[in-house]
Amino acid sequence: MSSTVIPFGPQHPVLPEPLHIKLVMEDENIVDAIPAIGYVHRGLEKLTETKEFTQNVFVVERVCGICSVMHAMAYCQGIEELMNIEISDRAKFLRVIWAELHRMHSHLLWLGLLADAFGFESLFMQVWRDREKVMDIMEETAGARVVISANTIGGTRRDLSKEQMVKINVTIDEIKKDLQQVEAVFLNNYTVKHRLVGRGILSKADAIELCAVGPMARAAGIPMDLRTTGYSAYGQLDFEPVTHPDGDNYARTYVRLYEVYQSIDLIKQAIAKIPEGEHVVPVKGNPPKGEVISRVEQPRGEVLYYLRANGTKNLERLRLRTPTFANIPSLIKMLPGSQLSDVPLLILTIDPCISCTER
Amino acid sequence: MLKMVENVFKNLVSKPATRMYPFEKREPFKDSRGQIEGCEIDKCIFCGICQRKCPANAIVVNKAEKSWEINQFKCVICNACVEVCPKKCIVASASHKTASAVKESLKIVQAEKPVEVEDASKVTA
Repeated sequence: MSSTVIPFGPQHPVLPEPLHIKLVMEDENIVDAIPAIGYVHRGLEKLTETKEFTQNVFVVERVCGICSVMHAMAYCQGIEELMNIEISDRAKFLRVIWAELHRMHSHLLWLGLLADAFGFESLFMQVWRDREKVMDIMEETAGARVVISANTIGGTRRDLSKEQMVKINVTIDEIKKDLQQVEAVFLNNYTVKHRLVGRGILSKADAIELCAVGPMARAAGIPMDLRTTGYSAYGQLDFEPVTHPDGDNYARTYVRLYEVYQSIDLIKQAIAKIPEGEHVVPVKGNPPKGEVISRVEQPRGEVLYYLRANGTKNLERLRLRTPTFANIPSLIKMLPGSQLSDVPLLILTIDPCISCTER
Repeated sequence: MLKMVENVFKNLVSKPATRMYPFEKREPFKDSRGQIEGCEIDKCIFCGICQRKCPANAIVVNKAEKSWEINQFKCVICNACVEVCPKKCIVASASHKTASAVKESLKIVQAEKPVEVEDASKVTA
């Protein structure tokens, strides 16, 4: 049978960002998929070489808005390791609180986009209404909605007051209650399950071979979560990675949905355990000559920062590998064999962040 | 599914979650980073630290001219300048800047000391 090539993207209603995939089709079935990225390359890695290492916190945050806290966290952790700065315990807990709030808003965003992609508009609105509460917490505590610039080298830029922590606790309880109401629709609704169950299967072996990260790997049954390595204050908190054995769209929805609950639990634990103290330690001098690798678990998976300093105020090299870049091979593996109508959902379930990938 | 029904009925009787912007505006949070409004130029010592620390290169300080200039359309509102200013003379505001037809930068020049006309000290270029 002769094959047809259908270009998917870079402009497509389901894609918030420009990802281009050439789909080689035989009838309705996909036999091959050829990805093309490079539409939103901004040269941020190069830009970091011209900025001071303190300014770079603001640059790396803008690699990806949705996971900006984790980008800044990974960068700051790297520089702190390089300069042998021991940050206070309070700062570690504050970072965890903001990072988990960020994970919540990212996953709620994704759940909304998923509902939108399978055409369930009212569910999408319900989820995003709850997301707005998280955004309000972030604006109130850190000063901005998305790119909150909470991290700085040596700690955090702001502290949380007792009242703010009580308010966070109350708000996340509300979100938990609201989410429990819509949870059944995502996981038990007949129509929704029809679009999710058994579609886009990524087996455990494939996930390991293709180096899937984050919820992609966890949905394939691999309990891989960098937070279990105990960076920042995660070592002092009690949690288990959320996993699902199936590896299909449903499993990925399940993992992300339950990770919102996990984040709520982690924030509550962090607020209960946060010690008193300074939230920032002063930083003197430039990073000494040397190199460091810093890894952090983002909502989409593991981000890797490689920093090389040469003793001046500018870094010699900053290289970052984002989770979407690591998950694209898995996407390409999942596409052949599925139908054209499933492609938007399949692409969405890897939670693509293309501007992240291209930097 | 029944839980969602409860939600549906609640939505029928409750107020909308959205606001009728621009008729109804939300008050910005107290320490929200809305915009850099300007500089209290009489306090400014033209040290240029804000210019050096600005990650977006939005601020230009001219010691000879005694001027402080910010391009608010380049500014990423990180408030790094507010934090590093030794005289704390940069004014940050919690409310956002609205859209503008002309993208010009805000230039504030310090008046000569003997002159005591307040209005002439603020010149928008």
